Amino acid sequence: MERRRSFPDVLAGGIFVLIGGAFVVGALGYELGTPTRMGPGAFPLLVGAAVVALGLAIAGKGLIAGEVISFGPIPWRAVAVIVLAVLFFGFTIRRLGFVPTTAVTALLTTLASARVRLLTAVAVAAGLTVASTLIFVVGLQLRIPLWGPWLGL
Amino acid sequence: MELLDNLALGFSTALLVQNVLYCFVGVLLGTAVGVLPGIGPTATVAMLLPITFSFEPVTALIMLAGIYYGAQYGGSTTAILINLPGESSAAVTALDGHEMARQGRAGPALAAAAIGSFVAGTVATVALAAAAPPLASVALKFGPADYFSLVLFGLIVSIALARGTALKALAMIALGVLLGTVGQDIYTGTPRFVFEQRELYGGIDFVSVAVGLFGVAEILRNLENEQTRTAIVSKVTNLWPTREDRRRIIAPILRGTGLGAALGVLPGGGHVLASFTSYAVEKRISKRPQEFGRGAIEGVAGPESANNAAAQTSFIPLLTLGLPAHPVMALMIGAFIVHGITPGPNVINDEPALFWGLIASMWIGNVLLLLLNLPLIGLWVRMLRIPYQVLFPMIILFAAIGTYSLNSNAYDVYAIAFFGILGYVLIKCGCEPAPLLLGFVLGPLLEENLRRALIISRGDPSVFVTRPISAALLVLALVALVVAVLPTIRQRRAVVFAEEE
Repeated sequence: MERRRSFPDVLAGGIFVLIGGAFVVGALGYELGTPTRMGPGAFPLLVGAAVVALGLAIAGKGLIAGEVISFGPIPWRAVAVIVLAVLFFGFTIRRLGFVPTTAVTALLTTLASARVRLLTAVAVAAGLTVASTLIFVVGLQLRIPLWGPWLGL
Repeated sequence: MELLDNLALGFSTALLVQNVLYCFVGVLLGTAVGVLPGIGPTATVAMLLPITFSFEPVTALIMLAGIYYGAQYGGSTTAILINLPGESSAAVTALDGHEMARQGRAGPALAAAAIGSFVAGTVATVALAAAAPPLASVALKFGPADYFSLVLFGLIVSIALARGTALKALAMIALGVLLGTVGQDIYTGTPRFVFEQRELYGGIDFVSVAVGLFGVAEILRNLENEQTRTAIVSKVTNLWPTREDRRRIIAPILRGTGLGAALGVLPGGGHVLASFTSYAVEKRISKRPQEFGRGAIEGVAGPESANNAAAQTSFIPLLTLGLPAHPVMALMIGAFIVHGITPGPNVINDEPALFWGLIASMWIGNVLLLLLNLPLIGLWVRMLRIPYQVLFPMIILFAAIGTYSLNSNAYDVYAIAFFGILGYVLIKCGCEPAPLLLGFVLGPLLEENLRRALIISRGDPSVFVTRPISAALLVLALVALVVAVLPTIRQRRAVVFAEEE
């Protein structure tokens, strides 16, 4: 195995340090308690510190003797569109209702592929909307209104 | 014979019409989704979990188990036919299975996988029925300190089995444990890390974590290099193996079953290890090792049996200790909890019909799989032609709807996006996602037992080393950690894994 500086390793370490650190800071705001009666902050503090330590170790090792050499391409369009679609779903499901939310989410996700044509995307989205309405609302009887209050119905 | 009485109780539960029906539906759905390339058992179970919440607990768990081994099995079909394994354990099957398919022998490869899986499933179900009760009675003697050490042990063993570096796996586990602390503190009720959002008081839903890490992240990986998939799905003819084939698969199936049944109990990825080990063993003892990688039927039968046996025995730690051996079992824990049952050693006494019914249903499910797969192979082949452009929007949409339907909580849906991106970046950096999910599910158990043990011992931490069970487990955990970190052993392990690639 080739040993050299590795950007992904440093990135991974950085993520661990960042998240662990955030939890440590947050945990200090809660009561730590005593060993006998640990407060709500004690356990996250311990584990958060462990995550930071491990993150530092990973980043440090990545600077000298990394293992993942190449990060590979990032499908920016897919990342953006899928995140947007999922957030849209969560935000509007109660407000727009099942059918419009599903249709827009499906259309957005379909557009994540760089190769899709608009017409195909619309067809796929329509098909998925009908299918999921039948499966989830008609078949499984989820209690989500088909049309939400934003539509003024 | 107590075992027979218990199995009789199990079968009388599992053979109820609605249970057989939903076992069938589960196996069918599991196979259908599992066959679809690029989606493994974890994402399948996470996606279909919400469907089962309105059922009776037994029926729901039977169906979930069916989805699980159905998906496991469906993945092998995909691996054989188009060389796209849904998860790592099927990667071994793809080696010789796909080679056989290219030589026009897809039929015998599929049949070997089906027969091997069936035999393995049957044997492993009996092993599960025999091993679970004694283990559960041992587990009942566990105090909080012992449980803490047990969970710690389980988490650390799961690193030793995972691929990739121990350091990263350890960090992923710790991160999972940390994320598991979001929500109200169990002892004081203090809301932690919730940013004043009432929706987060209940914590992050594990389904969101699973769907994000194993669904969204995987889809993003697949969208990195979009190519029109070469959908040359060979026609499957001559399903039945020749007499020569049948003779050659008997021993590998039996060895694979034994290996799988034993290794499946281990936390972390016993089934992956089992199929890799089985392949290595078959290759080593074969009289024709040069055929491996070029379409040796032993290389399909052995790993497939090992894989399936491990899938069944991985229920042992879940049903006896309440510990999930791998991500799907972590989802099963959630399913138990949704139905108001705490998984662990009490299930066997408190809910005998559920416990034995679930075990018996696994055997029924294996029969159904056999009946379903061989005759319906044409249908599965056709499913492989579904283009990815239709498939991935469906996965994301169903994941969002399913997750939302659990608690009607929009934050559960936002969490999918968060964990999708986090998982994607970390996977690209060489971190495996499975340890994070295990840590996430087991974290609360770890904290609860740590604090309870310290309350009982009046703050004296030596309780973890003075109680014999706890001390033994901690020593084992330490050994596992040393094994995982020691460079020489890691190198040898890397060789075992690399040999197959």
